[in-house]
Amino acid sequence: MERVSATVAAADPVRRARRLEVARALAAVLPDDGLLAREEELRPYECDGLAAHRQQPLLVALPRTEAQVCAVVRTCRDLAVPLVARGAGTGLSGGAMPHGEGVLLSLARFDRILDIDPLARTARVQPGVRNLAVSEAAAAFGLYYAPDPSSQIACTIGGNVAENSGGVHCLKYGLTVHNVLGVRACTIEGELIELGGAALDSPGLDLLAVTLGSEGLLLIVTEVLLKLVPRPERAQVVMASFDEVGKAGDGVAALIAAGIIPAGLEMMDRQATAAVEPFVRAGYDLTAEAILLAESDGTPEEVDEEVAAIESVLRAAGATALAVSRSEAERLRFWSGRKNAFPAAGRLSPDYYCMDGTIPRRALGEVLRAIARMEEKYGLKCMNVFHAGDGNLHPLILFDANQEGQWERADQFGTEILELCVTLGGTVTGEHGVGVEKLNPMCLQFSDAERAAFFAVKEAFDPYGLLNPGKAIPTLPRCAEYGRQRVHRGALPHPELPRF
Amino acid sequence: MDPTLAQLRTAVIEAHRARTALRLAGAGTKDFYGESREGAPLDLTGYQGVTEYEPAELVVTARCGTRLSTIEALLESKGQFLAFEPPSLGGDPTLGGTIAAGLSGPRRARAGAARDFVLGAVLLGVDGEVLRFGGKVMKNVAGFDVSRLLCGSLGILGPILEVSLKVMPLPREELTVRFELGEAEALAAFNRWAGRPLPISASAWWNGIAWLRLSGAAAAVRAARTQLGGEVLTAEAARDWWRQLRSQQHALFGDAPHLWRLSLPSTAAPLTLPGAKLIEWGGALRWYASAAAPEEVRRHAAAAGGTALHWRGGVPGGRFQPLAPAVLEIHRRLKARFDPHGIFNPNRLVVGL
Ligand SMILES: Cc1cc2nc3c(=O)[nH]c(=O)nc-3n(C[C@H](O)[C@H](O)[C@H](O)COP(=O)(O)OP(=O)(O)OC[C@H]3O[C@@H](n4cnc5c(N)ncnc54)[C@H](O)[C@@H]3O)c2cc1C
Repeated sequence: MERVSATVAAADPVRRARRLEVARALAAVLPDDGLLAREEELRPYECDGLAAHRQQPLLVALPRTEAQVCAVVRTCRDLAVPLVARGAGTGLSGGAMPHGEGVLLSLARFDRILDIDPLARTARVQPGVRNLAVSEAAAAFGLYYAPDPSSQIACTIGGNVAENSGGVHCLKYGLTVHNVLGVRACTIEGELIELGGAALDSPGLDLLAVTLGSEGLLLIVTEVLLKLVPRPERAQVVMASFDEVGKAGDGVAALIAAGIIPAGLEMMDRQATAAVEPFVRAGYDLTAEAILLAESDGTPEEVDEEVAAIESVLRAAGATALAVSRSEAERLRFWSGRKNAFPAAGRLSPDYYCMDGTIPRRALGEVLRAIARMEEKYGLKCMNVFHAGDGNLHPLILFDANQEGQWERADQFGTEILELCVTLGGTVTGEHGVGVEKLNPMCLQFSDAERAAFFAVKEAFDPYGLLNPGKAIPTLPRCAEYGRQRVHRGALPHPELPRF
Repeated sequence: MDPTLAQLRTAVIEAHRARTALRLAGAGTKDFYGESREGAPLDLTGYQGVTEYEPAELVVTARCGTRLSTIEALLESKGQFLAFEPPSLGGDPTLGGTIAAGLSGPRRARAGAARDFVLGAVLLGVDGEVLRFGGKVMKNVAGFDVSRLLCGSLGILGPILEVSLKVMPLPREELTVRFELGEAEALAAFNRWAGRPLPISASAWWNGIAWLRLSGAAAAVRAARTQLGGEVLTAEAARDWWRQLRSQQHALFGDAPHLWRLSLPSTAAPLTLPGAKLIEWGGALRWYASAAAPEEVRRHAAAAGGTALHWRGGVPGGRFQPLAPAVLEIHRRLKARFDPHGIFNPNRLVVGL
């Protein structure tokens, strides 16, 4: 206890007392180095990848074993302390942002790959294992883990499960939900449960499906069984240039109409290629208004056939230039620009704000034209990268937080894009999650009754409301307030929406 | 509002008010499936029609009463299909029943399960609310994934009014090969093959013979066929074989009084259960026509790391594998929230819910 009281300090006496009380209880169940309470130790945990939203937690817990996780959860339940799980903190919606009165539960020490079964094609891993580490470990068996978020060198499997993350190969290989066979998780009661598993069917309701993408609001995941797939013998990427973004969108539709499901199908507009080219020298056509990257993988025979088909479809769709990767190095170079779009935005501008709406693919041209108009309206630049095959947009709004009013404008710009996505029959988030960031736009996408159903799910798992409270699902009063504000602003962007 | 939907709402609101049970009814092809069937039938077959289908979006949306044959014919006319190959089980099931049952066909191990293709669903709540979850786009993480939760729910959370499914292009080429192999050898081979980049879309083993279906680009199918060897079936024989399996018209499903469906890790060694057996999904699905005592069957399944479902011949409360207490508790609370008076398909998925 000496250790605890000596390190617990907070200006506010009530907060200090609470911190001491919770720290004492947690110190009893955690190893010596498993609890952080000093202000300077807490600072690195104040935010995730959405740095505009910050909050200092009461404490940070760093358990090493499942038993310790369960004990931390039970302690927090008994003391009614909110609990926020954290993987690598690369999330882009504030999902891992701490609760001011709560404990931040870091799974960073759960970093072991427990087992790779090459015959069953599975990997059993702890949630703190980095996404890329799984594929690296499986490579020796000719296998890999398919979902590949651009953040894969850093983000964890636990974070991927919580966000149902995607990557550039989702259209053919699926999202996290399609590649997780089972999880073990700790309930708010501090009990371990197993959902799914190595057998493909499980009795009862599909609680595994609802756990995937639940943003840490339902369970604390302590172990994950992943599906591995055989590494294709060959992969090649076709790079196509278009003189108009709408035509590139038509190219995407034409490929799918021709029965082709490329392993990856990505689009970048001219602002995006211009931003990444000096930085990675991917060899992009800088005169094109948009480029498409379409990857084919499989047996050499299959790839030859598909690449030829992709080329002819895209040429017919009006591609002004086509290039096919001739070596693995060249293939990786073509992709490097796409994978480095975010860091490139960071080089171009002091800050950028990444949106994540998804739309029906047919609306692509319309949305990009609308974004161009919004650039004028808000006086900010926006570069667009796009998981074209999935209809998932990532407009990167460039701004400078040190310039008066720019963050507010970026925020409104982003909200207007998301409102448009909903109007067009899409969604406010394709893969980054709602977190704290998209609580308001969630009011547009779902009715009061639908949000009540989400709270029903939340309460079924977490009746005390202690797991990542306040995230992902906006409350009724919050949506009412948001509705009032929107009307008040006078400029209801999409009055045809039935929600309000 | 659509008049059929208006009627359904009235019926649900009334049942909720009067606390009377409703048995949600589609085409009835899975009447045998579930612990028990109780309540006054609520006929959902009248709420019909494909509401949206644009092949280039890879999404089809249809109302729950739409027949699977209608949807499949429409998709086929555009060169697409439902890649989870929903089993038809002697009749023409409705889309709603297909998703509520959540069963998948021969392509499961390769392409994924029914739930993997669900993009969105509309649920009718106890107060007559029409609740939309998920959507019509490929990727969507806004809100909890209730639409996938409904897949396999057997209606206990309410009537599924509409479903949006991801569809896939039909494979360009398909070929089935056959090998003479013992059970253990076949299991080993299925798992080994699945770890290699081969276009295997289905596998099965029965009575000393293993079947493999290859699907994909013509070149890939040809190359795989050369690598694998085996005896090639005629297109017609191949179609018949997979259709028989998918619709459970194979001899094993014949008239044995007890039929068990075991879901196991694909690598599980052959079980020593007595009775005829058939293997699907690369070893992950094993059917047993076995008269062994239920406890005995479940013990074998558990020892192999899986679960057992008494597909035919079970008694109410003894069909599905029992749930772990903490998992059952979450089921109870979900049911209590979505359907507080327990009007929807009581006791169908779990006795007591
Ligand atoms: C440069 C960059 C590129 C990115 N590219 C992509 C991309 O291509 N595709 C994509 O989908 N995302 C992408 N992301 C977003 C982010 O990397 C993913 O959301 C990732 O899954 C988050 O993982 P994490 O370990 O950092 O989780 P964190 O940010 O730490 O946490 C994310 C959420 O998971 C919860 N959580 C974490 N661990 C657990 C657990 N064990 N149990 C329960 N809940 C838990 C947290 O509470 C939080 O709600 C990108 C981010 C960056 C910064």
